[in-house]
Amino acid sequence: MNDRLIGRAGFLGLLGVGAAGLFYGRNVQDYLGRVVPQQLQAIIPTSGWRIYTIGNSIPNIPPATYRLAVGGMVATPRSFTLADLHSLKRVEQISTFHCVTGWSVKNVHWAGVRIKDLLAEVQPRSGATAMRFTSAEPEYNDSLTLDQALLDDVMLAYEMDGGPLSRPHGAPLRLVIPEMYGYKNVKWVTQIELLPHPEAGFWEHHGYDADAWVGRSNGFSV
Amino acid sequence: MATTPMRGSAARTGSVSEAVATRPGYVRRFTVTERIVHWTHAAAFFALLASGLVLYLPSLSIWISRRNLVKNIHIWTAVAWAVALVAIFVVGNRRALREAWREVETLDRDDRRWLVGARAPQGRFNAGQKLNVILTVAFALLFAVSGFFLWLGERNTAYRLDGAVTVHDTLMFASLALLVGHLYLAVIHPTTRHALRGITRGDVREDWARQHHSKWAPPKT
Repeated sequence: MNDRLIGRAGFLGLLGVGAAGLFYGRNVQDYLGRVVPQQLQAIIPTSGWRIYTIGNSIPNIPPATYRLAVGGMVATPRSFTLADLHSLKRVEQISTFHCVTGWSVKNVHWAGVRIKDLLAEVQPRSGATAMRFTSAEPEYNDSLTLDQALLDDVMLAYEMDGGPLSRPHGAPLRLVIPEMYGYKNVKWVTQIELLPHPEAGFWEHHGYDADAWVGRSNGFSV
Repeated sequence: MATTPMRGSAARTGSVSEAVATRPGYVRRFTVTERIVHWTHAAAFFALLASGLVLYLPSLSIWISRRNLVKNIHIWTAVAWAVALVAIFVVGNRRALREAWREVETLDRDDRRWLVGARAPQGRFNAGQKLNVILTVAFALLFAVSGFFLWLGERNTAYRLDGAVTVHDTLMFASLALLVGHLYLAVIHPTTRHALRGITRGDVREDWARQHHSKWAPPKT
């Protein structure tokens, strides 16, 4: 065998493996996630969350001055303090969080309020079919249809994994919709509006799907 | 150890990688172009590593928090890296680069024996250095491609590739391991660290070359 072919073959082989990884890397990662023990996985610093923001700062909202404004097509627009939200029926759930870029966090423990319990306080008017969640992070917002927002495990969370929601995760209040990719799970929610129809949010303006179902949107297929 | 003093073939072919004397007792190992390529890549690598880690590690992301700025630094550093390397190739000593790559790709019988622990005579690059270059170049290309698709996929989901994040992350860990080994041999390990002079000033001691790269070093006169 030509001596030069050995190095060339190794080089091209590496490129081939890397190129295949662009398409199948996720499957390999999922497989490793199943067979490698949790303790060993914890060595990788980002085996859990990654903190994404679109701007240059992480919103810092003092809980005491926090207000959630709920308005739009409702009979009684209202501003909620954190204490008001805590006085609504508290629910807990354990669900998996999926990011569209390819990472997931399993078994996240959330506590907060269901959308229906919040809406009962403001009485949506007939004709309202969607909700827009606006973040304290400038320019970030996203919409859900009412049907999506009223799914069984959608909530506005104020606690995560047994403690108050932390600043990087959207304190004091974030949307949690496990069926959809992370970009629909708006962090630092300060305003909710009832709308006649859903409006394109920040990432939809970048070509992302409005209905961001995990595993069957944004080019993913089951 | 008794290595057979083999006649350096490069020494008589007029090749750019020929071990010509630069001053008494020293021979040229790297041309200016090769050294500029090395340091351009090294500088870009560290800038990309630093900004990339801020984007990647949650603790650093939270601490620095200016994600948009860091992302722009990361992306524009990558663009500058690619432009610089293309520019060096266009205006630099292309023959030297082609010659170096030809040497790197060629793993002869001595190299294969060297890789399994035998004391086989080595050329201008030993087999380990050849593997290092092959891995570094392949990683760089894959970093660029996976990074490009991460950038593009964020703008249009039609171009989002499932494994781009996994590939980019895996490459980071692999190149970090490679870098640690490279730095150890280049800066710390007593018998190999003289090589640092070759990549900074271009030339190395003739006796050192004869000991470590006997197939390339000029025969003892």
